[in-house]
Amino acid sequence: MSFLYAAYAATWTIHIVYLITVVRRYSRLKKEVDELNKKI
Amino acid sequence: MKKAFPILGLLTAALLSYALYQALVVAPTEQTMGDVQRIFYYHVPSAWTAFLLFFINFLASIQYLVRRDQKTDTIANWVVIALGVLVCIAPYAFRTLLPAGVYPSSVVTTGIVFVGLYFLIKRLFSEQQTDMLALTTAEVGVVFCTVVLVTGPLWARPVWGIWWTWDVRLTSTLVLWLIYVSYLVLRRFSSSGQTPVLAAALAVFGALDVPLVYFSIWFFRTQHPQPVVGGGGSIDPRMLRVLLINWVAFLCFAFLVCWSRYRLERTKREVEETQALEALLEPRSALR
Repeated sequence: MSFLYAAYAATWTIHIVYLITVVRRYSRLKKEVDELNKKI
Repeated sequence: MKKAFPILGLLTAALLSYALYQALVVAPTEQTMGDVQRIFYYHVPSAWTAFLLFFINFLASIQYLVRRDQKTDTIANWVVIALGVLVCIAPYAFRTLLPAGVYPSSVVTTGIVFVGLYFLIKRLFSEQQTDMLALTTAEVGVVFCTVVLVTGPLWARPVWGIWWTWDVRLTSTLVLWLIYVSYLVLRRFSSSGQTPVLAAALAVFGALDVPLVYFSIWFFRTQHPQPVVGGGGSIDPRMLRVLLINWVAFLCFAFLVCWSRYRLERTKREVEETQALEALLEPRSALR
């Protein structure tokens, strides 16, 4: 059973880590957009 | 479209929860392996999703390459149509050459999906958008392929007694993952204007590994089990139902992630264009 739970946990850990990287990239980009808007 | 995203997100979360319940509680326990066999409901749908994403990446990369020239684009359209017709006729004409358990109708369906997706991408995405689609599907495909490579050994250890073996199916999957990781590394670190073209060429050849991975268990003697779906194997209908529910849930999840990533890439390119334009205008304003 431990292998089963490890596999399911690993799957969601991989997906969540990827989603976090996407969200972080999005927030960085949003900052850049705000800075550009200020300049324009 | 912006309103549709949270609604689809909630529906996908509900579907993933239902699929998880089906996999852990409702699906019957396999007699030989016991509960650890339930890894199957995450391992196989993740692999199918990764293959589909790499397949879309392949089609988008081809389109990015051929649409740069009108004549090549027209030739490519006819080649795709000819391939589609060939794939519809050949399985019935050369039925004996098909691996055991592969139905001609499955090959024909694959051919129709190939042609349909090719022209759908052509209709929905412009040349630059096909490049963004290729990047998006490669990135999300690598995530799903990583899941396959992690859940596989976790299933293999209690069942085979080993974490890994260098057989064709496992090795070709690892090579596939490495090809697409190199694709992403190229996209991330190369600053040349030719990067999308080089990446598209790499993706077209990288995608050739997908059929090798898929059919390796038909053509080679491997440690990996023979296919239980669409390959002449048998599976309990209740298990098949749970497997398909999980696949649909993962497909919806992959679609949403691809959508978010695509929007991110589009915004990123718009920002880069604006920054470039601003950099061009700045010296002039300084001169005034």
